[in-house]
Amino acid sequence: MLYIPPAPSLATRLFDARGWIAFCVAALAIFVAAPLANLVAQESSFLHLSDASVALVGKFFCYAMLALAMDLVWGYAGILSLGHGIFFALGGYAFGMYLMRQIGQDGSYHSDLPDFMVFLDWKAYPWFWSFTDHFAYSAALAILAPAGLAFVFGFFAFRSRIKGVYFSIITQALTYAMMLLFFRNETGFGGNNGFTDFKRILDYPLATPTTRMILFTLTGACLLALLLVSRFLVTSKFGRVLTAIREAESRVMFCGYDTLAYKLAIWTFSAAICGLAGALYVPQVGIINPSEMSPAASIEIAIWAAVGGRGTLIGPLIGAFLVNGAKSFFTAAIPEYWLFFLGLLFVLVTLLLPRGVIGLFDTLAAFRKERAR
Amino acid sequence: MRMLRLLAGLMLLAMSAAPAMALDRGGIAQLTGGDPDEQRKALDAAAAQGDLSAIPFLRDLLADRVKLAGDAALIVDGDKVVDALDRTPAERPADAEDVSTSNSLRLAIEETIALLELASPDRALRLEAVKRLQNAEFDEPRLALLAKAEQKERDAGVRDTLRQMRALGELQSPDRALRLSAAQALRTTISGRVREALKTRLATEEDGELRVALTRSLRNVESSLAVGENLGVVFSGLSLGSILLLAALGLAITYGLMGVINMAHGEMMMIGAYATYVVQNLFRAHLPDYFQWYLAAAAPAAFIVAALVGVAIERTVIRFLYGRALETLLATWGVSLILMQAVRSLFGAQNVQVENPAWMSGRVFVTDNLELPYNRIVIIVFSVGVLLLVSYLLARTRLGLFVRAVTQNRGMARCVGVDSSRIDTMAFALGSGLAGLAGVALSQVGNVGPDLGQHYIVDSFMVVVLGGVGQLAGAVYAALGLGVAGKILENMSGAVLAEIALLIFIVVFIQKRPQGLFALGGRQAD
Repeated sequence: MLYIPPAPSLATRLFDARGWIAFCVAALAIFVAAPLANLVAQESSFLHLSDASVALVGKFFCYAMLALAMDLVWGYAGILSLGHGIFFALGGYAFGMYLMRQIGQDGSYHSDLPDFMVFLDWKAYPWFWSFTDHFAYSAALAILAPAGLAFVFGFFAFRSRIKGVYFSIITQALTYAMMLLFFRNETGFGGNNGFTDFKRILDYPLATPTTRMILFTLTGACLLALLLVSRFLVTSKFGRVLTAIREAESRVMFCGYDTLAYKLAIWTFSAAICGLAGALYVPQVGIINPSEMSPAASIEIAIWAAVGGRGTLIGPLIGAFLVNGAKSFFTAAIPEYWLFFLGLLFVLVTLLLPRGVIGLFDTLAAFRKERAR
Repeated sequence: MRMLRLLAGLMLLAMSAAPAMALDRGGIAQLTGGDPDEQRKALDAAAAQGDLSAIPFLRDLLADRVKLAGDAALIVDGDKVVDALDRTPAERPADAEDVSTSNSLRLAIEETIALLELASPDRALRLEAVKRLQNAEFDEPRLALLAKAEQKERDAGVRDTLRQMRALGELQSPDRALRLSAAQALRTTISGRVREALKTRLATEEDGELRVALTRSLRNVESSLAVGENLGVVFSGLSLGSILLLAALGLAITYGLMGVINMAHGEMMMIGAYATYVVQNLFRAHLPDYFQWYLAAAAPAAFIVAALVGVAIERTVIRFLYGRALETLLATWGVSLILMQAVRSLFGAQNVQVENPAWMSGRVFVTDNLELPYNRIVIIVFSVGVLLLVSYLLARTRLGLFVRAVTQNRGMARCVGVDSSRIDTMAFALGSGLAGLAGVALSQVGNVGPDLGQHYIVDSFMVVVLGGVGQLAGAVYAALGLGVAGKILENMSGAVLAEIALLIFIVVFIQKRPQGLFALGGRQAD
């Protein structure tokens, strides 16, 4: 049998000296090294960080935020969501509306309306596009819309005590239905193509290295901040109750806790993180379309968390980087093997690495200690 | 215009020298000449003569057996060559030209044959001919022919249909009395074409009494059409429901009875569909004579292949994850990705062609606008059969007894000597095999591609979730209910909104009935 070490106590993870050092190194890399390497270093220098890599790593940061959100609900509260793509895409679409408005009359039809609306022969913006020309409103909407949807859906689902796989399947059906809805042209979100061809943000052109670097550091800052907030949450009393719910929900209820409130809170917070990730993703990647809501995209988030090691916060971040790094490599080099690899990853991680990469390190460390003794 | 037609008729009369002959040399020359107007004239003349003996030549023309060699028209049927005029054996010419038949000419020929057959003494043949004329256009000479046929007709049913067909043409007649009687005669028809004709006429008609008659007929026709349309929606709902049922039956066993979430269930259906494809190709290559019956071999083959894949999955993956439902879900999702990519590598990413056997293509016309495709009927029958078989298997056989025992109390079942791990494998194989059968059914009505299973997995999980866990009856009601409700909603509001409405319905429904459908009560909850 594989040796599964006891779960490390929450209080020490990420708090020992090494954890803090790693955190500071990451912050330095994001805020100092990356901007210098991208903007200051000469293109010929080996220290130079290309624009493409900045965009790629920025994208990975967004994915890491998704993995973090997934870890909060799955790793700590035991709620496996197969629909986190909805919240991500909703955030993306909400902020995308602002970016679409920023195009102004530079679209191919030179109209005030986005190209796809001109194509549909619409004369005015539909009601849900109102105020989206304000940056602050769109940014708030990107977080509040997913959080609101999550709150309503979560309230009804948790209230009727849907849990475990039933909940997972319902969320999957939800994301499937939303994807179909957004695929329709009449829904007003650009149908198949979604939003793309953004030109500027806050009236600054999007395509310059400086704007990109600002977005990159902003995403990195959000990720690190969210990591700290999540750490605070899961080590607080609130987090303890969540973990207890994961282990034995009925007993927590018998002890007098209202589990609905706890689950709903973490579920909504997780959705808000996804919305923020989506809003940061869209300007960096430059496109948002309904395929982000496909069931496959959502279930992939779960595997990032599983690969890294769920219930560890830092693990899912590592998982997101590992899996997406592998995806970038495979889809460029041997695309036909990517699905084989991803499928095997799902199988092998669940069978052999229930605690993910972090768990693997722990096992190795335990072995070493054993031998030293 | 009328003068011209009269002239043409006179010319034709002059040309047809021997009245006993159905088509004389001139008529044949006209028909094979290639001038559409002339061809039409010749056909009208043949129909006006009402001689059944013209039919064989027309059929030869349709079958591209008529060749031209100089002046003579010959009918070449394999080795036999006869003269078109008198059917005497002729020499095979050295250089025979094909007669080209355009689509509009072929249609006109078919209609002429049908018009001629109206005079046939065989009632069945006449009935058949009337049906084939449903969509034909009727100009005045043809209307006259219809009137003549109607007078001679003794069978009431055929006569009514003829009257209605004539009325459809006479609706445009300048004669008010004719229009009025036509409007009244059309009252009892059930046909979309009649509805449109009545509507167009109503838009231009000025006469008050006629407008009343037209409106009344239109209302009648519309209401009888609506009955057919609604029945059609219910039927397509049943047909969708029966496919969902096949898909959900397997799930009801693996998930309902064993508690295993198998996200690769849809891929088992896909494997079943591809097994059908392979069997079809094998039959085509090696047993072309028995091609009609390839499905009889494909169904067991699909069952076995899918069941074997199921055994492999159970033995290598699911076995180690019993009791860890969320992990099972992820692992089987991984399996589904691997299976999809494997099929893509083996058969290509494009959809493959699976052909209906001839006896399954075609449709039953219940009324003019209610047609039931044979393949859908066959699938409904098939799924009922599979359902009976499965319920027999679970309720009356030793395997079923063991499966139920292990489901209810694994420990106790083991104590009395049930090999529970073997039963797990068998039950999983059965569930997968049933998915394979669902794939066979799907291959007959939809596209067969590597992502076939993805489209059905959400729906079939909904069926199981809605129907309740651990029983087959729930799955049956849920599948048929979801199928019919889905199609009705789809008819009202489009496919996407229907899907969303159903999902909302399910979420609301489980608010009302959470225990019965989802959570196990009491201490079993944890």
